[in-house]
Amino acid sequence: MSERFDISGDAKSALTIRGLSKRFVANKQTVEALRGIELQVRPGTVTGLIGPDGAGKTTLMRLIAGLLLPDEGCISILGREVVADPLSAQRIIGYMPQHFGLYEDLTVAENMNLYADLQGLPVSERTARYEELTHLTGLAPFAKRLAGKLSGGMKQKLGLACVLVRPPRLLLLDEPTVGVDPVSRRELWSIVYRLVREGEMTALLSTAYLDEAERCAEVILLHKGVKLGQGAPDEFSRPMSGRCFQVTLPNMNKRILQGRLALLPGVIDATIQRTGVRLVMRESSPPDLSGLPDGIRLEPVAPRFEDGFISMLRERDGHTPPATLSLDRPTAPKSVDQAMITVNHLSRNFGSFQAVKEISFSVKQGEVFGLLGANGAGKSTTFRMLCGLLPASGGTLSVAGLDLRNAPAKARARIGYMAQKFSLYGDLSVLENLRFFARAYGLRNPERGRRIDWALQEFELADHADGASKELPLGYKQRLAMAAALMHHPDILFLDEPTSGVDPLARREFWHRISSLTAEEGVTVLVTTHFMEEAEYCDRLVIMAEGAILAEGTPDQMRARVQSSERPDPTMEDAFIHLIEEHEKKGGG
Amino acid sequence: MNERQAARMRMRGMLRKEFLQILRDPSSIAIAFVMPLFLLFLFGYGISLDAKHVPLGIVIEGSSPEAASFAASFEHSDYFIPHTYRTVQEAEAAVVRQEIKGLVWLRSDFEENLLSQNVAPIGVMLNGVDANTARIVQGYVQSVWNTWNQQRSEWDGSEFSMPVGLEQRVWYNPEMRSRNYLIPGLIAVIMTLIGALLTALVVAREWERGTMEALMVTPVTAKEILLGKLLPYFALGMGGLVLSVMMAVFLFGVPLRGSLLPLFLCSALFLVAALGMGLSISSTVRNQFVAGQIAIVATFLPAFMLSGFIFDINSMPGPIRLLTHLIAARYYVAILQTLFLAGDVWRVVLANSLALLVFCAFFLIIARRRTVKRLE
Repeated sequence: MSERFDISGDAKSALTIRGLSKRFVANKQTVEALRGIELQVRPGTVTGLIGPDGAGKTTLMRLIAGLLLPDEGCISILGREVVADPLSAQRIIGYMPQHFGLYEDLTVAENMNLYADLQGLPVSERTARYEELTHLTGLAPFAKRLAGKLSGGMKQKLGLACVLVRPPRLLLLDEPTVGVDPVSRRELWSIVYRLVREGEMTALLSTAYLDEAERCAEVILLHKGVKLGQGAPDEFSRPMSGRCFQVTLPNMNKRILQGRLALLPGVIDATIQRTGVRLVMRESSPPDLSGLPDGIRLEPVAPRFEDGFISMLRERDGHTPPATLSLDRPTAPKSVDQAMITVNHLSRNFGSFQAVKEISFSVKQGEVFGLLGANGAGKSTTFRMLCGLLPASGGTLSVAGLDLRNAPAKARARIGYMAQKFSLYGDLSVLENLRFFARAYGLRNPERGRRIDWALQEFELADHADGASKELPLGYKQRLAMAAALMHHPDILFLDEPTSGVDPLARREFWHRISSLTAEEGVTVLVTTHFMEEAEYCDRLVIMAEGAILAEGTPDQMRARVQSSERPDPTMEDAFIHLIEEHEKKGGG
Repeated sequence: MNERQAARMRMRGMLRKEFLQILRDPSSIAIAFVMPLFLLFLFGYGISLDAKHVPLGIVIEGSSPEAASFAASFEHSDYFIPHTYRTVQEAEAAVVRQEIKGLVWLRSDFEENLLSQNVAPIGVMLNGVDANTARIVQGYVQSVWNTWNQQRSEWDGSEFSMPVGLEQRVWYNPEMRSRNYLIPGLIAVIMTLIGALLTALVVAREWERGTMEALMVTPVTAKEILLGKLLPYFALGMGGLVLSVMMAVFLFGVPLRGSLLPLFLCSALFLVAALGMGLSISSTVRNQFVAGQIAIVATFLPAFMLSGFIFDINSMPGPIRLLTHLIAARYYVAILQTLFLAGDVWRVVLANSLALLVFCAFFLIIARRRTVKRLE
């Protein structure tokens, strides 16, 4: 264990990268994944690597871990050259790839044993270390469980425990919290922070969550293979002061308000925040709200890291007005206030396990209704029953006035479904996928041709029409999936974790489309998510845990439930975590 | 802790992990033990290249003691189930209906000719659709005819003399049981399955599930990753070998005339070559489905068809015969058939072992080169 204490190389830097470039050749085209990266990571800190999809975050992580060879440049970790001697560097790093490969047919303890053997942790130190790590991660009761039988968040924590089995000097985490629910996310973060604080560890982690970036000591912003900036999070937000405002208008739907504000001159970002809309301006002058109804209130707010991030990206790429979406619907939307989805005492058992416990809710036409919950809360099961993919064990449900189990063809013609994973045909081109889905929904020419043209235009897919869809960037894949789901003018749109793994820019674009779809076309949207900021876009939502509904209401009502003197302005995430913890305290867990 | 202790600890970790996975994954147990059992039973009991109990039509147009005596000699044979017909038309119809494989035609003047001229031609018609069986049946009918003539002249006391006496002796497999050479050859197929197919799948699986990426950024060396796969599947393959040899000898009564030591040494050599092939395939394609397909096409099928296990290499067309020299199983099948049926014929065993050694070296070098701790 002497390695832990030797001091070598530049004492001010745990990781030094100079002139790093990496090119990939795909389809005879050279793609520059990284260009001239220069950076240093201070020892004993948590540094965040932030950037949109395709920025080169994973490539950079893999280069540091010695899994890829750079075309130019050098990487040294505490004085050890990664390119020349990867094995020596790998002795002092812990690397958790995006999909950490746990051996699913090995138990929790066996997985940890394997990594202890590989990392050379002496047997005498193991018992104490395992106890510490399983206690930290909450895995202690599951030592004998197969890794494959753990929940998503648990798996991620076990992955972290494996990487930490022998304390590394540099911890590399590639998007460790993607697909992890907020409770597990918070726990993962506190583990990493505790270890960095207590030990002689430095952590570098990439993330798509901007609120996570704010918790880092330093942030490196990567975009299209180039480093745009590096500094403490408030260095990114400081130039934004005086440019951020909160706009509220009590009598207007927040999504409609957001849509209108986004189009105002000088606005570079408009997002739904709590009771109103948060605006970021190009200059430090307030927006001109004269065209909007009376009663509108404008107040300046403190800038956040996210504002700096979005502004930097917009400055670089030029700001295009947000995407809206019209369904090109032949008939006018029907009367509002009609219940499109009704669920009554719905339950579902798998053997003796009750996955969904007598839940009831209803969704009105044109509403965006959210199902929130941690992994394993029963969201997906509920979803599958609503789509008619799974029979209910008890209770009743109706979708567009029909039960999908009894009148499937009729009801399915009225719903669109967008699955969590990209479920289109990767080997087919964009156009072929659209043609296929148009035919599958029974559209005939000339209607079919019209709808395909509509999809290519509305979703800005025309430039990619002939490319294989598996080659598309994630944001484009998601547009294609949404286009396919909307091919047949559905009245109801089901979205299962639609923005999981999608970067903040693509996520904004996605919600702009959804907003215009509901506001102008009267489409009803049912969405599952565990992005708490997305919950703000919902008109109403339910929070689920262990198959039951813990709370139902508007986002404002949810936040109001957990408001207290010590937490005057809680976020959606605070509300969610509070409700889950309260439920567990009651003996639910 | 010094580096040697650390290396030993890593190796132990890799091996323990692999064994646990084998024990818990029903599919590797199935490929390693259930599939060999299935193949052994199929080839031991189900498939036989011998012709036995062949339904054969005997047409006796005019009944006579001589004709009856000849027809009766088919009754006593293990090889035929005779069916008697009155007219040749009836028998031909039965051939068409596939009730009998052929017919022996004794004309109404059979006895008359036999008694007057001592020569009586018989007609033999065989269904040539299954050429292999037809050829064997032809030989059997011939030998029944010869035996009957011989016996008849003995009873007569008269001298029946053939111009040339043919005395046949079949070496190594006097009963000419196909099982005796199929089962030793089958061991080569089984070892290919475990060695190449199974390892091709398990390494590709590590790539697919992302475990390889996590593994690579640990101090484990490429050599240790390779050995961690080689050793467990080597043990599994040798287990499959012991099972197959025991079943061959004790259940199917295949003689084992050579000694066990060369059998196990040569098998080990072949197994390492097969493992090398499997590891080379899967570290190149990194996808279970593709690796499985390549392993079947590049190793299993050639071991089945081009190794001389079922089809004789000498009767293959020239180019194919040349191709068989590139199939490791060919050399191993030759060794197995020699060791089981002929004994320790060192010239054959050593020459073929040398060829296997070349294959071992070749594929291990490829596998070692392909196993780098990088993603590119």
